[in-house]
Amino acid sequence: MVKVASSFGRSGTHDFILLRASAIILLTYVLFLVSFFVATPQLTFDVWAGLFSNLWMKVYTLLALTALLAHGWIGVWQVLTDYVKNSLGRGVLQFIVSVALIAYWLTGLFVLWGV
Amino acid sequence: MEEGNCNCKLRWIYFANSSFCAFKKATIVKKQRPVNLELNTISFPPSAIASILHRVSGVIMLVTMGLLVWLFAISLSSPEGFAQAASVMANPLVKFVLWGILTALGYHLLSGLRHIMMDLGYWEELHSGNLSAKVVIALAVVLSVLAGVWLW
Repeated sequence: MVKVASSFGRSGTHDFILLRASAIILLTYVLFLVSFFVATPQLTFDVWAGLFSNLWMKVYTLLALTALLAHGWIGVWQVLTDYVKNSLGRGVLQFIVSVALIAYWLTGLFVLWGV
Repeated sequence: MEEGNCNCKLRWIYFANSSFCAFKKATIVKKQRPVNLELNTISFPPSAIASILHRVSGVIMLVTMGLLVWLFAISLSSPEGFAQAASVMANPLVKFVLWGILTALGYHLLSGLRHIMMDLGYWEELHSGNLSAKVVIALAVVLSVLAGVWLW
C-alpha cells in the first residue's frame, strides 16, 4: 500500500479538498476563456495582449496555473499509484510531471510579467 | 464518507483511486476466490468507463499542456509571435491535436461535475451512477463535435 509520500497536500484530506478547490477554479477559468473566444470574432494581438495586461487577468491566470499545479500533481499521483507498482518508476514519472507543472507556473509568471 | 463509497461491491474499480478503499477491500476479500485479471473478458459498466476516461482525458491534457503554454508564451511576446502562434495553430496536425485537447477538456469538465455531484451524495446508486455516466459521455461527444465545428 502506498503511503502519503509525494502527495501534494501532505495528507489524503488535504489532497481531496485541494483537488476539488482547484477543479472549481479551473472550470471557471476555462468557461471564461471559451466565452472570451466566442465573443471575440476577430482575435488580434492587441485584443489578446490587452486582455492579459489587466491586473485581474494576470491574477486570474496565475491562480489558474496554481490550480493546475495542484490538480495535475494530485491527479497524476492518483493515476501513478494505481498503475505503476515500481517505486523508482513511479518516483521518476511523478518528478517529471511535477517539475513540468512548476515550469509551466514559472513560465506563466514571467510571460504575464512582461505583458 | 469513504465508508459510504466502499459499500457497493460493484464500485471497486471506480474507487480504485482511493488507496483507502483499495486497502479496505483488500482486507475484506481475504478468502480464496477465483481471480480474473483478463480485462478484455470483463464487461465494464458505464461508470467504470466514465472513470477510466476521466483519467485518460486528464493525462492527455497533462501531456499536451506544454504545447499550450508555449503557444501562450509566444502569442503574448510580440505581434510577430502572435502571428507565429496563429500559423502553428493553422497546421492541420496541430489543429487535430487542439481538437483532441478540447475533447479531453470537455469530457474532463463534465465528468468532474459528475464527481462533485457524487461528493454531494447524488448519483451514487447503481442505476443513477450508470445513467449519469452515459449522459456525461453523450454530452462530451456533443461538445467534441461543437469544438470540431468551431476549429474548422
